Amino acid sequence: MLLYILKRLVAVTPVAFGVSLVCFLLVHLAPGDPLSAILPADATQATIDEMRAAYGFDKPLPVQYAIWLWHVLHGDLGVSIATGRPVLGEVSRAVVNSLILASVATLIGFTFGTLFGFVAGYHRNSILDRVASAISVFGVSVPHYWLGMVMVIVFSANLGWLPPTGAGPDGSGNWRPDLEHLRFIILPAVTMSVIPMGIIARTVRALVADILAQDFVEALRAKGLDEVGVFKHVVRNAAPTALAIMGLQLGYLLGGSILIETVFAWPGTGFLLNAAIFQRDLPLLQGSILVLAMFFVALNLLVDVMQTALDPRIERA
Amino acid sequence: MSAKMSADMNASPPAVELTDLKVGFGKVEVVDGVDLRLERGQAMALIGESGSGKSVTLRAILRLFPEGRSRTRGGISVAGRDVLALSKRELADFRGHVASMIFQEPLLAFDPVYTVGRQITEAIRRHEKIDAAGARQRALALFERVRIPSPERRLDAYPHEMSGGMRQRAMIALALACRPQVLLADEPTTALDATVQIQILLLLRELQRDLGLSIILVTHDLGAAVEVADRISVMYAGRIVETGTAHQVVLDPHHPYTIGLLRSRAEGALAKGARLQTIPGSPPDLANRPAGCPFAPRCFLAIDKCRETPPSLSVGDGHLAACWRTEEASAAYRAGPQPVRAEAAA
Repeated sequence: MLLYILKRLVAVTPVAFGVSLVCFLLVHLAPGDPLSAILPADATQATIDEMRAAYGFDKPLPVQYAIWLWHVLHGDLGVSIATGRPVLGEVSRAVVNSLILASVATLIGFTFGTLFGFVAGYHRNSILDRVASAISVFGVSVPHYWLGMVMVIVFSANLGWLPPTGAGPDGSGNWRPDLEHLRFIILPAVTMSVIPMGIIARTVRALVADILAQDFVEALRAKGLDEVGVFKHVVRNAAPTALAIMGLQLGYLLGGSILIETVFAWPGTGFLLNAAIFQRDLPLLQGSILVLAMFFVALNLLVDVMQTALDPRIERA
Repeated sequence: MSAKMSADMNASPPAVELTDLKVGFGKVEVVDGVDLRLERGQAMALIGESGSGKSVTLRAILRLFPEGRSRTRGGISVAGRDVLALSKRELADFRGHVASMIFQEPLLAFDPVYTVGRQITEAIRRHEKIDAAGARQRALALFERVRIPSPERRLDAYPHEMSGGMRQRAMIALALACRPQVLLADEPTTALDATVQIQILLLLRELQRDLGLSIILVTHDLGAAVEVADRISVMYAGRIVETGTAHQVVLDPHHPYTIGLLRSRAEGALAKGARLQTIPGSPPDLANRPAGCPFAPRCFLAIDKCRETPPSLSVGDGHLAACWRTEEASAAYRAGPQPVRAEAAA
């Protein structure tokens, strides 16, 4: 198993380099000059050249990439053009916030998703199945920023139960695990959880239905297992795929929640990316995309390892 | 039934007794009135072509069909227990403990994500109070009993890591794990290589003799039936059409359908250039059964009576066939191969 993990790590290295190259080039594909956003409109050519040299934009792209990559490998993602603060600090703070939000959302989504999925899979074509399927279709297809706004209107504006925006009462950008901060995470987390819930519910329903139709379930009953005993086997068979989906969903939520984080002003990566894009903050943009992409790669790796550990049919060598 | 016979039954009830068993799905009666009696320590083969209801009969004995989507009526008695009267709890205790089953495709009948040993100890610990080490010890002994090489190592193997023959041996070990009295075998050799088939059949025969098991073997392979069974029952369209000892049924068949099955085998002395005989037509649509004998449309001896009144067959130890023309059928078989045509005798 350890050998397998090592092998996977080696295999992931070229992927990581490819990702870094794409991250670097993507932002350079966009038209316009990153410095124009922070320089006054009447800046002299000399000032512009000076700034370009200071940020290294005067060098050819391959050299820029090599320098950038060298710094990245040493943990230096550069300095934000807009704020002048180190990108690494900004990004890691945002990543922690996003990770917390995404984890809570995935947990909620996974819990209800598997619940609905199992109920629907066990009682296919019953009313329960229809209801569970309707909820999951709603989860996959409802526009989430809209759902977020509705939640804010109902629970914050009308009922006044929960705070509409931010991560904490002090307005600081750091979420802490205490009761006061917990109230702030509920609305964004529930809104966000609707996505993985729908996807997981549909996957688990199909999985459970498929497993129950297999011959070995009849064989389990034939050897005297009751429904609880059979259920354990169904769970164990569904687990690798369900966990893989959950891991991928967590990855998507980490980086793909710009709209929800913006609606709730949640100080995470989505919020940060949004700001970086509008301010054309190149180092910040590159840094956050790179960190997010690496997270996704790492999650994929984790999911692969977990699936291999859970399903003996996947080749370990 | 005489008073003496029923007294004997009370002393030692038969291993399996089915009385007028009917199993239906939707509007179709797949098993339509099966009477069958298997004595303790006996092996019976249930043969017939696909869709004859033989596997359904077997599964009904363990009540494996979901209640909502199937109807099971009639009598099912296994080792004196009225199976249809068992509660859910009692049914789970009964399965695997009194009667257990081996399946056609062992790769599909094992849960792929658990080791084979784990699945056997699971069954043992389901039915008996025994610790994990003790259950594993029993599983190891079972693997040795069914002659799996390097049994210690094989216990920790996953189903997909074993060969087909080995998997079926493991499946037999699983079925025997809780010392059942009745073993139900659903085409246990169909998915195996010809060379492995005979080994599995011999193993079944040996286990049946050594452990005093009662076996019902469902197969469409007459060779396999003769190898293992004391008695053979032939099923057609959800009914038993002929039953007798293996010798009686194979050497002196009384039902035209049995004759058709025997003649359509490729083995035996088939002269070069001779045509393999087949049974013309196909089994009846079970939703629209013919009024008379269900085999009549395909039968080379059918007369008007066959098409109007269905022949019946009662339980007994003798050689019985559900046919109006058993004499003619028997004579036709003894007369040797001849063209078999439907409606020839109409």
